[in-house]
Amino acid sequence: MRLYVDNSKCSGCNACRVACSLNLFSENNPKKSALVIEPQFPAPGVYNVKVCTQCGDCAAVCPTEAIKQDGQGAYYVDFAECNLCEACVPECPEEVMFVRSKLADTAWKCNLCGDCVAVCGTSALWIAEIEAVAA
Amino acid sequence: MNGYGGRILRVNLTNGTVTKEPTSPDVARNFIGGRGFGIYFLLKEVPKGADPLGPENKLIISSGPISGMMIPGGGKCDWTTKAPLTGGYASASMGGHFTAEMRYAGLDSIILEGISPKPVYLFIDDDKIELRDASDLWGKATFTVEKQFKEKLGEEFQVAVIGVGGENLVPYACINHDYGRQAGRGGVGAVMGSKKVKAIVVHGTKSIPVADMDAYRKAGMALYKACKDSEGLKDWTRYGTTIVVSWCDEVGALPTRNFSAGSFEDGKNLYGPVMREKIVITDKGCFGCPSPCGKYSRNKKYNSYVEGPEYETIGMMGSNLGIDDIEAVAQANLLCDDLGIDTISAGNAIGWAMECYEKGIFTKKDTDGLDLKFGNVEATFTLIEKIARREGFGALLSEGVKRASKKVGKGSEKFAIQVKGMEQSAYATHNATAMLLAYMTCDVGAHHNRAWAITYDLQVGREKVVPEKVARVIWLQNFRPMFDVLGGCRLQWVELGIDRDLYVPALEAITGIQRSWEDLDKVGERIWNLTRLFWARENEGFGRAWDMPSPRFYEEAPKSGATKGQITKLEDINRLLDMYYEQRGWTSDGLPKPETIESLGLKAVVA
Repeated sequence: MRLYVDNSKCSGCNACRVACSLNLFSENNPKKSALVIEPQFPAPGVYNVKVCTQCGDCAAVCPTEAIKQDGQGAYYVDFAECNLCEACVPECPEEVMFVRSKLADTAWKCNLCGDCVAVCGTSALWIAEIEAVAA
Repeated sequence: MNGYGGRILRVNLTNGTVTKEPTSPDVARNFIGGRGFGIYFLLKEVPKGADPLGPENKLIISSGPISGMMIPGGGKCDWTTKAPLTGGYASASMGGHFTAEMRYAGLDSIILEGISPKPVYLFIDDDKIELRDASDLWGKATFTVEKQFKEKLGEEFQVAVIGVGGENLVPYACINHDYGRQAGRGGVGAVMGSKKVKAIVVHGTKSIPVADMDAYRKAGMALYKACKDSEGLKDWTRYGTTIVVSWCDEVGALPTRNFSAGSFEDGKNLYGPVMREKIVITDKGCFGCPSPCGKYSRNKKYNSYVEGPEYETIGMMGSNLGIDDIEAVAQANLLCDDLGIDTISAGNAIGWAMECYEKGIFTKKDTDGLDLKFGNVEATFTLIEKIARREGFGALLSEGVKRASKKVGKGSEKFAIQVKGMEQSAYATHNATAMLLAYMTCDVGAHHNRAWAITYDLQVGREKVVPEKVARVIWLQNFRPMFDVLGGCRLQWVELGIDRDLYVPALEAITGIQRSWEDLDKVGERIWNLTRLFWARENEGFGRAWDMPSPRFYEEAPKSGATKGQITKLEDINRLLDMYYEQRGWTSDGLPKPETIESLGLKAVVA
């Protein structure tokens, strides 16, 4: 399973990012979320949204094995085991692996909780099997 | 303090200092935030008789406890000041992402006071707060400035900026944000311009403290679920406010040729579905909004991009000017945004000028050679520019229709469509008595959003003058602006019909303060009375006469359209006011009685 996005449906409201920070950190702070919304205004007038594809490249390079896989196949950061080395950050092809040491003493990423999907009013986000959609 | 950034930022532009004060828990409890904070600081800090464009006036920018939270529509920012347009109270609500960012920087309000000796912008990056030189930005268009800041500082920074309209102190200059959101009405942009503040840029990375995290997340999710389950979500999101253009046209509420009628014979070309198909390219949401009314358009005819037009601009720059081309309306919208003037007041003023021209009150000698017939698109574009720059004929129109018609005379005062000096927004009220009363008594002048009562008129009989209608208007006036107090948007309640009780547990969980709608409605009533007292304090002889609408709605029945031959009687207007004042606990001259002030617990505030 992974998170998918349809950029054409995103209205840039950022509800997903607040919901994300609440799930990951129990904090109301979209700067600590695992999605990126890049507004392209005034032209061409679109939102580019970056989401985790659960490719696992981050986990492969983590020297402390802090990035683990859960029962549904989602990679998540075990905050207690992250040493902030940032090795994972450049590995992420989608640029959604985060280290902002002023904000948190751990790296973070999407854990596929689905809260972003729950608050998205325009159905721009959804979770589905990786194979099913790729085919 | 739970639910708050915890600090009020005071910016003294005269001496260039910025200081932070703690947000008072008492003020938070009694006034909650947003426009509640606005009227509290306005009454307390702006001295009686202050010149709206002088150093004593203040611009009070406030978020509320649901701003920036996981609550639908938590993206509304209140801008309160003494209005240059009216000389009374102004509170303009701006959507977008600015208010959320203020909160992430730990700020509940920003108070601009004094006057800077040179153009500046206010830079806020968490705790790094500075006034910086803006000499090179002065004179630039709003989109250019916003883009410049975004490129320099990054997309996470949020920008509020005035255009040349604000710099030139046009009394209905607005403040722009997010390429298409405005604090639009009353001239808040002129106040910012008078203070020589070109822009405010803000970025924050702080977490907003919450009293009960689990309860908050649960209540927030319940609100989003209610919105997403709503039957109205799909159509509302597809068309936004333009969904009402056709309805207004059909019922005779669409202002046409300076409100001389309420139906436009070519109105179909301006309907929501036409616009969606012709120009809209994406939905553009304010912070946290599950049902974005913002429609972002690519205007091929003029090779431009613009957010909107939304209903009000379609009414004021379209049918009200006899223009039936949605791309022309969109371009007029863009020009106003980029120059920083309110589309509603500007459209109303141009409509008045066109009527004067068609009646021979103005000739080409007066209009700088413009052939100001209704429907003239190019003349409209030219006038928008002239108004913002206060050039030639535009200088007269820039004063607003009340002042301009007083200067011009010749009967033009009778078709200056305004209340208290504010141009009426886009509902024709020849035969819609609740909506007419809403305009007459609105606390900023003739604005629609405090009590959007027009559907109630249709529901109970539009010409009826009954206490229930008055009670409905009062209830709406107390309740709807509470969203501007909370720092959120009313449209999920209005348009999706979600249960307003869902907000109560969310608000409680965020702030830790127990609330009910009974209690919140009371806060709304207190604020409504305070704004009335502000008007009375600032205007000698303020009272009943100030609540009178344009004579057009009781003297001149439309000659065409759905309301052809229909009019409201003057005696009914007076009956409406009598009932309204009585139900409000005000004197027959429309002033809160001492016992009303006492019973609302406001004695100390206005002492």
